[in-house]
Amino acid sequence: MRISVDINGAAYEGDVEPRTLLSDFIRHEAGLTGTHVGCEHGVCGACTVQLDGEPVRSCLMLAVQAHGRALLTVEGLAGADGKLTPLQRAFTEHHALQCGFCTAGFLISADALLRRRPVLSEAEIREEMAGNLCRCTGYEGIVAAVRAVATTPDDA
Amino acid sequence: MKPAPFAYEAARSLPGALRLLGDGDAQALAGGQSLVPLLNFRLARPALLVDLNPIAELSYLRRSDGVLRIGALTRQATLERSAVVQHGWPLLRQAVRMVGHPAIRNRGTVGGSVAHADPSAELPVALTALGATFILRSARGQRTVGADELFRGPMSTSIAPDELLTEIEVPPAPQGAQMAFVEHARTHGDFALAGAAVVLAPEHAAIALLGAGATPVRAVAAERALLAGATDGEAATLAGGELCDEYRRALVTALVTRALERARR
Repeated sequence: MRISVDINGAAYEGDVEPRTLLSDFIRHEAGLTGTHVGCEHGVCGACTVQLDGEPVRSCLMLAVQAHGRALLTVEGLAGADGKLTPLQRAFTEHHALQCGFCTAGFLISADALLRRRPVLSEAEIREEMAGNLCRCTGYEGIVAAVRAVATTPDDA
Repeated sequence: MKPAPFAYEAARSLPGALRLLGDGDAQALAGGQSLVPLLNFRLARPALLVDLNPIAELSYLRRSDGVLRIGALTRQATLERSAVVQHGWPLLRQAVRMVGHPAIRNRGTVGGSVAHADPSAELPVALTALGATFILRSARGQRTVGADELFRGPMSTSIAPDELLTEIEVPPAPQGAQMAFVEHARTHGDFALAGAAVVLAPEHAAIALLGAGATPVRAVAAERALLAGATDGEAATLAGGELCDEYRRALVTALVTRALERARR
């Protein structure tokens, strides 16, 4: 099936089987390998992308379902000049990654979260980010990075 | 793992979807948050996948004559963020917030949770406590069933292969109703081991249990006892009492106690 998907503002076209997962289309057809594939059943969150601005698991969508839709992957976060977003900078400053396998999913989830709810307590960050797993950091650095960018309820 | 090959049709209308579903080994695809893992593991191998997502007419939340009508394709996140739901049926908001994680709820649908009938799913239990009814459509016609008729066993419902769940009707909660949904899962967002949904009002007590059987179960003896003046503790003991497994009995008893306490707050 012929599909066309807007990823990070550029159109990507390809011929896919109905069973091709969106995660595989993003990596193998579009060549955007920043999106990682972990568990392939929706548990780990590594493959999270934004579909029309909302985070979704790309391993739980078929590529054909994204035809005509707009996706944001981790490659689309930084500006065209390569300048990192405040969230990405906070991840480096707070040691929010070690091996980096989960990082794209965390960034995409946190980016959508902060847009929807800029004011967040630490407990709320932990609850909202619970759908992404990290096996290196113990989460402390990740939570600290999101907190650094969020407005805390006391400041609001 | 990758799915086995299947044919794919994007349904553009409800009649179109019903026509495709009447055609042999077809499987309806809603949000895909439970079905796609089954496809990826090749535990489900349908010949034809009928994608319901393009059918805009199946996605709505409406209150009319006090009844909440939920289109089967309504996303769980839409239910979670609805002011109408929060105001009239706060139990549904509490329950849906325990379904997976935000990214799952952005795709997962209310109808999908019901039709998949996972015994650890929250929404079927909350809808059972609220006395919801379920509208099933096929090319043959339409019928309306209650939770006791719909849920048959683990991942099993009375929805025929050519039928589609199209709408869930939630009656108005009794005047002054207080409600609460609680569950226990090993980690936040994981499948629940047990849970309880309660709706309390003068002359009204509904308790539905998660993890007390293969389907949502109404704790009828506990409900009757509450109406007859039993304490919350006595009712909770009755609700857990029918379970043979000691751990589950303790868990359900504790969760019903907690749900009653939270509802009365």
